[in-house]
Amino acid sequence: MEAVAAMAAGQQLETGHETLVFALGQEEYGIDILKVQEIRGYDAVTTIANSPSFLKGVINLRGTIVPIVDMRIKFNLGNVEYNQFTVVIILNIAKRVVGMVVDAVSDVITLLPEQIKPAPEFGSALKTEYINGLGTIDSRMIIMVDIEKLMTSQEMELVDAVA
Amino acid sequence: MSIDLSQFYQVFFDETAEHLANMESFLLELDVDNPDPEELNAIFRAAHSIKGAAGTFGFTDLAEVTHELETLLDRLRKQELALRSEMIDAFLAAGDVLKEQLAAHRDDSSCDPAEAEHICQVLRKLAHEGQPAANQAQAVSPNLSERSFYLNLKLPANRSRDTMLANLAGMGQLHVRDDGSDPSVLQVVVQTSAQEVDLLEVLAFVIPPEDIELHDVTDDVDNARGYGIFDKTPSEPAVSRAANGQEAWGLFQPVAAGNAGIAEEGDGFGLFAPVAGASPAGDGEGYGFFTPIEAPAADTPAGKSGDDGDGYGFFDPLPAAQGSLAPAPVAEPAVAAPAKPPADTPAEKKRPADKQNVEASTIRVSVEKVDQLLNLVGELVITQSMLAQTASTLDPVIFEQMMQGIGQFERNTRELQEAVMSIRMIPISFVFNRFPRVVRDVASRLNKQVELRLIGENTELDKGFIEKLSDPLTHLVRNSLDHGIESTEARVAKGKPATGTLTLSAYHQGGNIVIEVRDDGGGLSREKILSKARERGMAVSDSMPDQEVWQLIFEAGFSTAAQVTDVSGRGVGMDVVRRNIQEMGGRIDIESMSGVGTTMLIRLPLTLAILDGMSIAVGASTYIIPLTFIVESLQPKTEDVKSMATRGRVLSIRGEYLPLVALHEILNEPPHVERVEDGLVIVLEADGGRIALFVDDLLGQHQVVIKNLENNYRRVPMISGATIMGDGRVALILDVSALVRAHRNN
Repeated sequence: MEAVAAMAAGQQLETGHETLVFALGQEEYGIDILKVQEIRGYDAVTTIANSPSFLKGVINLRGTIVPIVDMRIKFNLGNVEYNQFTVVIILNIAKRVVGMVVDAVSDVITLLPEQIKPAPEFGSALKTEYINGLGTIDSRMIIMVDIEKLMTSQEMELVDAVA
Repeated sequence: MSIDLSQFYQVFFDETAEHLANMESFLLELDVDNPDPEELNAIFRAAHSIKGAAGTFGFTDLAEVTHELETLLDRLRKQELALRSEMIDAFLAAGDVLKEQLAAHRDDSSCDPAEAEHICQVLRKLAHEGQPAANQAQAVSPNLSERSFYLNLKLPANRSRDTMLANLAGMGQLHVRDDGSDPSVLQVVVQTSAQEVDLLEVLAFVIPPEDIELHDVTDDVDNARGYGIFDKTPSEPAVSRAANGQEAWGLFQPVAAGNAGIAEEGDGFGLFAPVAGASPAGDGEGYGFFTPIEAPAADTPAGKSGDDGDGYGFFDPLPAAQGSLAPAPVAEPAVAAPAKPPADTPAEKKRPADKQNVEASTIRVSVEKVDQLLNLVGELVITQSMLAQTASTLDPVIFEQMMQGIGQFERNTRELQEAVMSIRMIPISFVFNRFPRVVRDVASRLNKQVELRLIGENTELDKGFIEKLSDPLTHLVRNSLDHGIESTEARVAKGKPATGTLTLSAYHQGGNIVIEVRDDGGGLSREKILSKARERGMAVSDSMPDQEVWQLIFEAGFSTAAQVTDVSGRGVGMDVVRRNIQEMGGRIDIESMSGVGTTMLIRLPLTLAILDGMSIAVGASTYIIPLTFIVESLQPKTEDVKSMATRGRVLSIRGEYLPLVALHEILNEPPHVERVEDGLVIVLEADGGRIALFVDDLLGQHQVVIKNLENNYRRVPMISGATIMGDGRVALILDVSALVRAHRNN
């Protein structure tokens, strides 16, 4: 039984990546669903003095102190509002928990390897080094983000610089 | 098929570390002059277990050292060698080497093989000093190597008494105990250097084991277990041995002994007449066997029975003896005999009963699991308080049942929280246990006599403290040994006992744990400290209270030791000690009296995870300040706030000017209160500096659970951690030390 289940899981991995798709401004981004811990609404945060503007602060997630970054501020997407529709994706990356504010979460899709094309240099808010490729499904283009690399980068200032 | 042994390495490391710790504690307790064979055996077993396991896992270096250790220990426990203090030193050193090797394997690093080789050589040399050492042992205490066995043999029909005796004669000196009337019985005392097992082996060839009755009667002398064997005739050899004082065959006159050897609290089984003052029993169990034959003298163990021990006295019933026993020649050695044994009172007597290791059944659980449990319970407490808050708005009459439920819930959560907290608590003996060794080593290096007393070893504190406490405590102990306790000559000159006392104690006081390091040495010298402080350009005055003077020794680079020794005196350390303790949220105080001694008092909160804090408001945010740093809080008057052209503002408090730091400026937070006079000022003290912190308001005092910011985020300047408040929101904890440091540097 277990062997069968494992095989099924393996097949799924081989045949396609389950991807969580979210929207930031006009663009759609996809991240590996296995990095997502949960999705929740935006709560009051505790601000941290002298931190970058996109770091909204920290929240109490069932006893864990979790930093919240607002990608809309990070990518200069203009009017940033916090209301009951604001969504936070709680990510579990590199043994850390980080919350990420996005415009909206649309759906979960499975992308086959042949649906993912290498990304050209282009004018996204995101640097190419954090992009795994471009996924195409129907007429939509999804920017596949290496979220672990992005969140642990110096740019996000979420981790202590390695001495 | 090969099994991957590496999965068991962790168990091996843990167990070996435990064995080593056991071995060390036994070694330190061992009495060199009178080693307890049980303890030698325990040490041997520990070494043997390590060797076996190390061999199994292929850690040959460990196995080699333990092998040498074992060889020497084996000879010791078989009493082929006499224990000497340099052997204990060698054992301790070997233990250290093993620990290093173990650490090296654990961390996959390497350690110096030369050290292991050296200790192996030392051990080998000690073990092979065999002959001379054994001779020496014999000279000092002949009983140790020469033993006496009482044999009661039922001879098989085909063996004659004489051949049996001839066989036994080969083993040692014989003293026949029966009259030869029954040819199938042989009672004999063999005085031999052979072991009991050897003797049995020889006998086993000719006599079935069930027909052999063998008692080791040597211990009559050194363990005060007396077999006084009645001799039908005042046997000549027995008398002479008693006279030699080697063996305790006290042949004495019952009446005379009656005065000396009266049983004090003995539960004696005696078939003797109550008149018989010559009871063989001290406070042990005495078996007195009535002998049917009237004799002028009785062999009794009364020599040593005055002490403890189980006495087997085959002695004469009194009336008979008393009647006929005038014979004086036997009485004399008897008087001599009682005097001897008390001199070598067995070591067991001194050993406190409570030293026995209490075997508790335990499970090993990783700390993360416990911490996770602690987190979850913390969450539960917050949820509970939220529920309680909501419920308090409801009508208690209508919702009576729910109110009861919520009350019950509150009690249960609190108990659960306490129970979970207690999992992290371990007794402070984990730290204290290393000090007998430290004190022994340091005291012998400094040539001082020091007795260490440990009090309250079972006081429990957070596991996190145990690890962090070890270094500062070691430092304080070394300091006390070096500077506190005077040299033996100086102590005697002052009329103090030659042996100094160092006391380590731990106890609960309020919500704190207090750990004391107390010595009965010379105390701190006010004058020396003050003059040293002036030398270093510190602002001091002669009128400073003692407490403040003592605190000066925690300043970096401050040492009043006339002489720098390799133990201490370099002036690095006390400042580190204080910083370590402050990092744990504790504080250290000194009490000292010249000529009487010094006490260092370390106060720690009950657990690492909880902190007593004051919550303060700045603008829209709430911050927590650890209570240990707060000196006072006050509402400043306009005239007390002075500004200095380039260095900001200062606040004058009772003639002292403190830098005035506005928290909202540091945190870039728009404050509700702009003017210092409208807000509050908190005086903070850390690392020997003071600042006045200007905040909007004080909100209240809480016990808060400390959460790490770095787990998911990173270090934030001026913030030491975070906590979750009753309403579920996160509040940040201010790093007061950093705050004070930043403003002292300006």
